[in-house]
Amino acid sequence: MAPAQGRAPGASRRARDTQRRLARSSRTARNHLIVTVGLGLATTLLIIAQATLLAKVIAGVFLGGDDLADVAGLLGWLVAISVARGLVGAGFESSGRFGASKVMAELRSRLAEHLLLSRPGGLQRESSGELVTSAVDGVEALENYFARYQPQLVLAVTVPVAILVWVVPYDWKAAAILGVTAPLIPLFMILIGRLTENRTRDRWQLMSRLSAHFVDIVGGLETLRANGRAGSQADSIARVGEQYRRETMGVLRIGFLSALVLELLAMVAVAMVAVTIGVQLAGGHMTLVAGLTILLLAPEFYMPLRQLGNQFHASVDGMAAAERVFEVLDQPASVEAPPAPSPAPDPARGPIEFSRVGFGYEGRATLFTDLDLVIEPGETVAMVGPSGGGKSTLISLLLRTAEPAGGAISCDGVDLSEVDPRAWRRRLTWVPQRPTIFAGTVAENLRLFDPDAETEALREAVRMTGLEQLVEQLPDGLSTVVGEGGRGLSVGQCQRIAVARALLSPAPLVVFDEPTAHLDGETERRVVAALDRLTAGRTALVVSHRDRPVLSADRVLRLRDGSLSEVRPDLKGATA
Amino acid sequence: MIAARLGRTAIGRAALETRSRWKTFALSVVLGAATVLAAVGLLTASGYLISRAAERPEILSLTVAIVAVRFFGISRALLRYGERLASHDLAFRTLTDLRSRFFDRLVPLVPGGIDQARKGDLLSRFVGDVDRLQDLYLRGLAPPLIAIVSSLVCVAIAAVILPVAGLALAVMLLLGAIASPALTRWASRTAGRRQAAARSGLSVDLLEIANGGAEIAVAGREDDWLERVDGSNREVARLQRRDAVNGGLAVGLTTFLSVAAAVAVTAAAIPAVADGQVNGVLLAALALLAMASFEAILPLGQAAAGIDACGEAASRLEEITGRRPPVAEPAAPQPLPPGGVLRFERVGFSYGSGAADRSDGAAPVLADLDFEFGQGEAVALTGPSGIGKSTLAELMVRFRDPTAGRITLGGVDLREFDGAALREAVRLAPQDAYLFDSTIRQNVAIGRAGVDGERIVAALGEAGLEDWINELPDGIDTFVGEGGARVSGGQRQRIAAARVFISRARFLVFDEPTAHIDPDGAAALERRLAGRAGSGCGVLVVTHEISDPGNFDRVLELDRGVVRELRPG
Repeated sequence: MAPAQGRAPGASRRARDTQRRLARSSRTARNHLIVTVGLGLATTLLIIAQATLLAKVIAGVFLGGDDLADVAGLLGWLVAISVARGLVGAGFESSGRFGASKVMAELRSRLAEHLLLSRPGGLQRESSGELVTSAVDGVEALENYFARYQPQLVLAVTVPVAILVWVVPYDWKAAAILGVTAPLIPLFMILIGRLTENRTRDRWQLMSRLSAHFVDIVGGLETLRANGRAGSQADSIARVGEQYRRETMGVLRIGFLSALVLELLAMVAVAMVAVTIGVQLAGGHMTLVAGLTILLLAPEFYMPLRQLGNQFHASVDGMAAAERVFEVLDQPASVEAPPAPSPAPDPARGPIEFSRVGFGYEGRATLFTDLDLVIEPGETVAMVGPSGGGKSTLISLLLRTAEPAGGAISCDGVDLSEVDPRAWRRRLTWVPQRPTIFAGTVAENLRLFDPDAETEALREAVRMTGLEQLVEQLPDGLSTVVGEGGRGLSVGQCQRIAVARALLSPAPLVVFDEPTAHLDGETERRVVAALDRLTAGRTALVVSHRDRPVLSADRVLRLRDGSLSEVRPDLKGATA
Repeated sequence: MIAARLGRTAIGRAALETRSRWKTFALSVVLGAATVLAAVGLLTASGYLISRAAERPEILSLTVAIVAVRFFGISRALLRYGERLASHDLAFRTLTDLRSRFFDRLVPLVPGGIDQARKGDLLSRFVGDVDRLQDLYLRGLAPPLIAIVSSLVCVAIAAVILPVAGLALAVMLLLGAIASPALTRWASRTAGRRQAAARSGLSVDLLEIANGGAEIAVAGREDDWLERVDGSNREVARLQRRDAVNGGLAVGLTTFLSVAAAVAVTAAAIPAVADGQVNGVLLAALALLAMASFEAILPLGQAAAGIDACGEAASRLEEITGRRPPVAEPAAPQPLPPGGVLRFERVGFSYGSGAADRSDGAAPVLADLDFEFGQGEAVALTGPSGIGKSTLAELMVRFRDPTAGRITLGGVDLREFDGAALREAVRLAPQDAYLFDSTIRQNVAIGRAGVDGERIVAALGEAGLEDWINELPDGIDTFVGEGGARVSGGQRQRIAAARVFISRARFLVFDEPTAHIDPDGAAALERRLAGRAGSGCGVLVVTHEISDPGNFDRVLELDRGVVRELRPG
């Protein structure tokens, strides 16, 4: 985290919730806590042993007149303790990283299952990159939590308690100073945190406004330059930055007071302990070994408490990564498989019927409430209408990647909600608006719907979609690797590959969403010809706002304002 | 000399960008070191105090030590407060400096100097890298300096008490200062190198599932992809476990050294105390001094990682800002002629091998192109996407220069004009109209400084937004949201058109002004754009799909580098 940047208000509270959730939902996270507590106890014992032994050495040499040979044994033990503390420190770090990596691996597996089995296609494309970054790189951020914050949390309990128990029999006054101030630290942290919450929020808002300003100017630089406005922006960046700096520093002067109070409390307490011990030693009421031990322990007593706040902030980032994954996992399955599914009906044998189907996205206006539609076996139905009118949603309902809010969709008289969605999807093939090209060869991409398709069939599909020129140009033909890490393809080429995929599928129902968007005239003609061959003898639903793909449809329907109306055949051209 | 040496690395050059802030930086280092030393002082004085007390002197003779202990305790907290304020102040100042400086260098490179296909990525990476550099001082350079200053003071104090103790402390601090960051850095670098390939594989798998999940599900191939993810996932986790041990070693070493330092210093001082060379009352003070002095060493591991991260950010920034601007401004610019046509004379353009923005060689985009257009004319330029239409538009406003032939305005080569002055006369509305996170008013006003509200409303009306504006409760003072998120694609294109309408330019060039609009809307907007020619402007609409050729005086097609007149309207 950048030092100057604040954090969204409420981030800490959310982080705490996510921590609880992690502990509950992940066995690895729970097991890891046990290891951490074990290491924490070991550290506590080592700290006390180290202080006691060092005090003995010093007192022996100073007052007892011991020389190096007399204390060699004790020094040997001290070296052993320092090695042991190094090992425990290494243990905290490596087991923390272990934990972070295992927890993240668990979350990733669950995420993949969720995205494929429960909510296929349910994710906004825009947010997927950021989600994947959280899922893959989030480990680093979680390491802060497992390797630093969690140990600190354990130590913040074990170390002060153990030291207090140890100190009481030696000197109750010093113990009283420690015992009274220790609970004050978390108490003040909470109190001051509450008091300065508004200030923290102000500061965060100032910072994020400043960052947004810069992002905006850089993003629109071409526009600024075209309008002769780029020159004045550097000055504006400096001016706005300076103004925000002054405002933010005003906020921080008060915001940092909390840290000041805490530091003051811990440091003054150490000083008071030292003075108390000194006075008692001078009065002869205490041995030097006891005094030195307590003095050596006093800073250790406050250390984990003081560190806790810092480490908590460092761990918030890690929580944000886990939280992002949880957010997706929390979304309910888009379509539930029925417990005792009926066999999937065959669209080639009976009509597909939408009766009084309703749907609306959460938080937005309802798209449609009482939609009726019948698609007869072998019929090609085209659908037109303004964008945002629900055409793609209607396709999702048919693909069973979305559940209608009301009404029912059936095929051959069987209600699709009684059919396992995975079995139903075997019956159809689909060309989406923005097809995905998977990392792999062209042939592997073409075989998406039919992994066993013959090479001959691939070549036929390539020819029918006008892709042969592309395939000829590729260095390894159909075996050329495309997609991520491979050769890039234009939008039009991706679209044609998606059509070719569908051509290779034997499914009796085909669904197209804008199959020729992004294609120029000549290519569109070829693709439409391929579509015509594909829909011949199959049931088909074609959504498009262009004329050509809907020309050969048996019926053209318009979806507008939540209702379907038939477009008269002579008006087919007027599609929008 | 230091400046010259710093200038040899990207990170050094980045540091030099903000050298004017050295005073604030020095202040935060001094306060940081003083904070560490206050803690050292507190423990050292405490150690002396109780050792001295154990000799049971008069209580009055302890007063100085008692006062010192209290003083260090209180000053530590106050110093920390001051240090935090100073360092945050520095962070804000450097951030502002870095932003305005790197922005200045980015200006001449957009759009001609950077890869158009990766523009979005490149710019967001630019913003991220500039922000990352603000950590250079606080997280990178300050910790080592604080460590050096406070370590020197601690060693000096120990050496004054007993030279051999000072030596022992120096050795331990040096070990810690070198070994711990080196080991941390080694561990994180090995981890980064080893894990990079496995991670990017995993990212690809997950991204495919996130984006293509529905296609995989419809194809019934869920199990194949789950198996893939499972494999990549296991591989990444395996490498991470392996690297966890290295990371643990780095942390363990630092912990060991900090504890061992107190033991070593004590052991080194014991013979001297036993011989009576040093007063035993100082032994505890030495041990506590050694313990406390490690506070400044502990952050060095993270500082090494911070410097590395800043170095990478600085190198990436230089990759962008180090490019040669595609256009050089003339030394003595000509004044713009009051009238005249815009003429392409045998213009050729290719992305030369030297240009970093296209990878696929130097095939000419435009070759031997001749055409002209004058004020009062509405011209459409069509052609399939990727054929060079946007390049042609950019040539007209000198975002790029032709590689052959010349473009003239009123007979004068565009290269003779000051770029900004030219763009006052020839105004380009770039592809993918950008809206700033502000009001409609301010977004339109970008087209002309100091313009009043009435004119803005009029321009929006000409762009076909009159009804919409009237319906908005805040009218033209409505905020459009981040990146124009609160307006539709069509409204965005129209606001961008109004921005150009309001300018005083003689030639208006629109690059794909109707993309992302439904056909009806596209036709209406196209008519309005072409209609601007009626007020005496030359209008060029560059588009891959023309709605109605009848709107234009001429329709041209760009094909294989040559412009062809399709048919007069």
